[in-house]
Amino acid sequence: MTTVPKLRAWLLTEDFTSARHARAHQAYLSWLRFSSNPLAFGGLAVIVLLTLIAALAPLVATYDPFAQDFSRALQAPSAAHWFGTDELGRDVYSRLVWGARTTLYIAILVTVIVGPIGFVIGATAGYLGGWVDTVLMRITDIFLAFPSLVLALAFSAALGPGIENAVIAIALTIWPPVARLVRAETLTFRHSDFVVAAELQGASTPRILFRYIVPLCAPSVIIRLTLNMASIILTAAGLGFLGLGAQPPMPEWGAMAAQGRQYLLDAWWLTAVPGIAILIVSLAFNLLGDGLRDILDPKHG
Amino acid sequence: MGAGGMALAGAGRKLATSIGVIATTLFGLLALTFIIGRMVPADPVLAILGDTFDQAAYDRVYQSLGLDRPLYVQFFQYVQNIVQLDFGQSNVTKNMVASDLARVFPATLELAILAIFIGTVLGVPLGIVSAVRRGTWVDHLGRVVGLLGHSTPIFWLGTMVILIFYAGLGWIPGGGRIDLYNDGLVDGPTGMLILDAALAGEWEVFASAIHHILAPALLLGYAAMAYLSRMSRSFMLEQLGQEYILTARAKGLAQRPIVWKHAFRNIRVQLLTVVTLAFCGLLDGAVLIETVFGWPGLGQYLTAALFYADMNAVLGSVLLIGLISIVINLLSDIVYRFVDPRTR
Repeated sequence: MTTVPKLRAWLLTEDFTSARHARAHQAYLSWLRFSSNPLAFGGLAVIVLLTLIAALAPLVATYDPFAQDFSRALQAPSAAHWFGTDELGRDVYSRLVWGARTTLYIAILVTVIVGPIGFVIGATAGYLGGWVDTVLMRITDIFLAFPSLVLALAFSAALGPGIENAVIAIALTIWPPVARLVRAETLTFRHSDFVVAAELQGASTPRILFRYIVPLCAPSVIIRLTLNMASIILTAAGLGFLGLGAQPPMPEWGAMAAQGRQYLLDAWWLTAVPGIAILIVSLAFNLLGDGLRDILDPKHG
Repeated sequence: MGAGGMALAGAGRKLATSIGVIATTLFGLLALTFIIGRMVPADPVLAILGDTFDQAAYDRVYQSLGLDRPLYVQFFQYVQNIVQLDFGQSNVTKNMVASDLARVFPATLELAILAIFIGTVLGVPLGIVSAVRRGTWVDHLGRVVGLLGHSTPIFWLGTMVILIFYAGLGWIPGGGRIDLYNDGLVDGPTGMLILDAALAGEWEVFASAIHHILAPALLLGYAAMAYLSRMSRSFMLEQLGQEYILTARAKGLAQRPIVWKHAFRNIRVQLLTVVTLAFCGLLDGAVLIETVFGWPGLGQYLTAALFYADMNAVLGSVLLIGLISIVINLLSDIVYRFVDPRTR
């Protein structure tokens, strides 16, 4: 019983006994600030839930998402089929659950691709400056000149439909703002004393970039990537809606909504349910991103 | 000479720089669409010849398309065609892509202009009032509107609007730009139906066109409004925290002139930039909304072309959208110079 208050007191005290203690104190304060924001906390809860659903899809789903049964086609929501059935008699709830995997797969893969690209291009441009900066930023501007969905459409048209190609297409359109952000952050540290000191000690350019610059840019990039998750999910759903993302019979929320449109008047749930799922998840990422910004980046709070 | 001449030289240099930037962006735009065109796995020769042909015919077409020449020559040829407004032929409509684009573009422009108007007129005041009355119900409402606008899949919202307001209540028409019996009555100079009908005095056509555009324009406008209210709120908050506002308050100026005369003047330039960005972002939404509402514009043309893998039409549309973005940015850059005395 007494260990919890003790731990709290240890975390809250400012008489630090070690560096680790100070770090734990910082983390605990951030957590307190974060958990006092109910909206951000709700966003995190939804994302954790989504991750659990995606991980445990075979257990959470009540039916096989691919099993067709024409005798049960287009049934309204009921106790047996919580969100009804589609035109092939498949259970919409189970397809929604498996679709969570597709959504997370796309969002995570795009982020994992875009983060490093943004870091390398942005930090290189900002740190080296001169013509390297000019060339890299011009390329970034060219990509930024296109509205992102339109560019993603063009890339997926060229690469062909499919989920991996959708990931590549989205990644190609999402990296420029990240690179811009990293560059701007790098410029603020470029002439700091600690960077100059490292240069004078003969540290190589990659070492300075990865040991000194990148860690300092990380917080704002993490916020950016979290907020980006929402737009990645919306873009992926848009591609799926236009038939360029995941291909049938793979369950994907955007494609599910698109297929449901043909039966809109008879079976509204086919379109309504996946759309609400997309809305909730992208709302959760937006709320979490806003909450993280309040903690990690107080100047924009 | 003196200061005036110096300023003039500075302005000239700035102009030269921005022309250089636009030129490189345009070049990049062409290079990017060229690369995308070459990435297509489908053989363009087969698209022309179909299934039955001999090797000689294949070689002839291969050469006539210039595919045997080095890439940079092909690129040069591509740029030359584009400059002459030759985007190639559409495999689906069998028209030249350029004439197809000229036909569908006014419909999109009409929709986008109305939507950005709605978004700006509603979004900017909402953001400013949210900032001024920070923490009140207006602010919370603005936040909810903004968050929902950022998070809602617009194609889904459009479908739900059709389900409720067309199928359920019968308030809006089912899709397209105009009722069938009014179609083709007005063939005006701009291609923007509302404007043409008003110019021709065909008020029945005008009413029908307004009736049709309302739902898609409001939906697109909503997405723009969400973004604009969020941005104008944060710009306004930044200004209201400045010392000159405190001075104005200290000398007893009322709230209204402080907000609209002092603070608003200083966020106009930033607002212009975000309205520009919102317009470019709106073109994204237009692709989806046009597909949902059967609006015969650029977006629907693009998605139909995607469906049939009609690459000339796809690249032509994408290039046009990229060009619009560049032109809009250029226009905002010019307006900015007039609005903001510091950039003169």
